Amino acid sequence: MSDLIRNIIRFALFILVQVYLLNQLHLHQYIIPYIYYLFILWLPFSVSRINLLIIGFVTGLTLDAFSMQIGVHAAACTLLAYVRPFVINILTPKDSSEFNYREPSPRAMGWTPYLVYVLILTILHHFYMTFLQWLQFGNFLDFVIKVISTTGISMLLIITVELLFPRRMKFRTNTA
Amino acid sequence: MRNVFLFIRRYFTFICFLALQVAALYLLFTYNRFHRAKGLGFANELTGRINSRYKTVDDFFHLKAENQRLHQLNDSLLNLLPSNFEKIDTITRFVRDSIPYDTLGHYRQYLWRDARVVYNTVTAEKNYIQLNKGSNHGIRDNMSVINSDGSAVGVVVNVSPNFSQVMSLLHVQSKRSVVLKKSGNMGTIEWDGKDPLYLTMRNIPKSDSVLKGDTVLTSVNSNFPPGFMVGTVAEVLADKSTNFYVLKLKTAANFFNLQQVHIIENLYDDEQARLRDDTKKKIDDPKNYNR
Repeated sequence: MSDLIRNIIRFALFILVQVYLLNQLHLHQYIIPYIYYLFILWLPFSVSRINLLIIGFVTGLTLDAFSMQIGVHAAACTLLAYVRPFVINILTPKDSSEFNYREPSPRAMGWTPYLVYVLILTILHHFYMTFLQWLQFGNFLDFVIKVISTTGISMLLIITVELLFPRRMKFRTNTA
Repeated sequence: MRNVFLFIRRYFTFICFLALQVAALYLLFTYNRFHRAKGLGFANELTGRINSRYKTVDDFFHLKAENQRLHQLNDSLLNLLPSNFEKIDTITRFVRDSIPYDTLGHYRQYLWRDARVVYNTVTAEKNYIQLNKGSNHGIRDNMSVINSDGSAVGVVVNVSPNFSQVMSLLHVQSKRSVVLKKSGNMGTIEWDGKDPLYLTMRNIPKSDSVLKGDTVLTSVNSNFPPGFMVGTVAEVLADKSTNFYVLKLKTAANFFNLQQVHIIENLYDDEQARLRDDTKKKIDDPKNYNR
């Protein structure tokens, strides 16, 4: 299965799960589990930055279309897609002799760097999105609580997903 | 130009990011009511501050015109106040009965009309009272005015179509004929122009026994219908030089708060006056004088 088809299926799955499963869970007004952006985090290393930005924007916009809040997720995902390469650069070893995987994953990066990578981008995503939704810090404590709680539940979900669905690792080959 | 292209090429990713962010934010602020309101609110806040600063300066230069307009508005509003309008009685109409006596043979001599005081003074030497009825309602000069509690007030001295002017008893030129109730002796009342509570009564002979508290009534000699209160004797002073008392009368009517009054017309006033004049003429006529 080619990367393209696989990612298209992932895209559809993530959006559907996010819209029809997670957005329907009314846990608490501050705690909304988000997982759809994992699609962007899982994109192959080989995707160029421009394409990454466009994919991020489109992903966000798609979710926006479902959640009746045009622009919030698009902006957050674009930021996510823009920052992703920097974070990956910081967290992966410079000499890529032992770094042969196609996508970011616990096995490719190691659990700790991978979780740090996910955590940074999750916090960034939630922070920016919450800010855009509220357009103010309001009571700053409320703001921080919302960001932290949403981040926490998202992290929990992502770890669960990683453990439940270990991806078959593909090595980067010269032929690809 | 080359540098510009180089710059764009170098930062293409970042510019792309910015463009996409701007697009997302544009969508956000365009299609969401809350965000649009919020955005417009922020813009309003900013421009509103500047505008209000400008407006305060601008207002200062228009203060004069504004004042003028305000004053005109006040003027037109004050004109609408109910206190500007005097209620002219247009309902009651005076119709002289063609048969001036009823079936029992009673002739009517006095006709009463109600009226309201619209102007009244007590502090001047010549006090007048204005009533809200005039010649349109059949009021004429020399009609008498009695307060709502039945005490004498004054005599109509001038009328306009809708108002009449009453010479109050508190008028230094007022001189009315009254009687002492106890003895029926006639006297005249005047006012010295000092205390609006007290009138002066003269021409009661010292042979009469007058006491403090005696009642004084209107007499047939005046235009007042006889038998209405004028006042009570407050002090009895003996005038040393004449054979008459000088009585100080406490007025029965409270001139300070006159409101509703009656105007009384003597229907035979003309006839009586004519008779008086004719008699005078007749007696004074030299032809008759010698007889």
